[in-house]
Amino acid sequence: MWPEEIHRELSGAGVRVVGYVPDAGHKRLIELCQADKKMRAVVLTTEEEGIGLAAGAWLGGQKSVLLMQSSGVGNVVNALGMVRECRFPLVTLVTMRGEQGEFNPWQVPMGQAVRPVLEAMGTVVHAPAAEAEIVPTVNAALRLAYNSYASVAVLIPQRVIGIKSFQDQASR
Amino acid sequence: MKRRDVVRELLSDRKDLLVVAGLGSTAWDITAAGDSPLSFPMWGAMGQAAMIGLGLALAQPKRRVLVITGDGEMLMGLGSLATIGVQQPTNLTVVVIDNERYGETGMQQTHTAHGVDLAGVARSCGVKVVEFKDLAGAIHKQPGPHFAAVKVDAEKIPLVLPPREGALLKARFRRALLGEQADAE
Repeated sequence: MWPEEIHRELSGAGVRVVGYVPDAGHKRLIELCQADKKMRAVVLTTEEEGIGLAAGAWLGGQKSVLLMQSSGVGNVVNALGMVRECRFPLVTLVTMRGEQGEFNPWQVPMGQAVRPVLEAMGTVVHAPAAEAEIVPTVNAALRLAYNSYASVAVLIPQRVIGIKSFQDQASR
Repeated sequence: MKRRDVVRELLSDRKDLLVVAGLGSTAWDITAAGDSPLSFPMWGAMGQAAMIGLGLALAQPKRRVLVITGDGEMLMGLGSLATIGVQQPTNLTVVVIDNERYGETGMQQTHTAHGVDLAGVARSCGVKVVEFKDLAGAIHKQPGPHFAAVKVDAEKIPLVLPPREGALLKARFRRALLGEQADAE
């Protein structure tokens, strides 16, 4: 499954700090990171905190990853200005809402704005179209970020996460 | 108390202390006390200073980390005190230089001028609150995380500016801390 494989990629790349605001789509990956003794999983009150966390970890010589839902992208915009100005490497894995088959209309505006918002702030956006592309894309994002000092976001499509209703979401 | 005196005292004999300063007056204060490659003065990203300190403290558990920031900057990132309280980094101290004003924008009053108690917030989040007189020991020796809010005069004083370029501030910090490892893959 892709969460296990993403965890393997993060581990292989030497990621030590994992900042997250929970999302149903990230549930399994968060559990894997919490159980990994080499990783420090840091629960955040808002996604914006994850930008400072990642920047501080890099100042201290450690790689990190930031996990969030698409709604969280709106919470990090100004802080991404620091990432760009300082050329901090940053890998953000975004589970998408407001895409195909969305059942909550309040998710749609931010979900649809994720790519333009990230791109406006200088973040490279990778959007794998199918499940099989997710893991190779995360691998490429880690290399682009940490070899080239770039901010890279991987958008994990709603189609792959496959949450169809509030009832479905709550039962996971 | 005068803010520059407070910050100068906190940074006197700083040894190998790693320092992050929030944007505005506290960035100028740490520069007035003597610029160092192991200082990261911020020019933006308001609300992020304490989180940068947390990331740094987690990445460098054998070093001591000090965040010096203003009351307005801390108020914008209050949630980070909750996050620090959960993580309990023993090597992190956050000091708020509290003049009860937004100093860069016309000295408007912040919430602390109306009774909001930042030390109370920190305590409620599980961060140990220390008095100014005990800060040297907290910063360099005792297990944290520690927090102090130090009330200072609301005064307009000359700017003492650190380098401005973010990439330079990052690179010099990593070089000074990590040596050749800073440039390794």
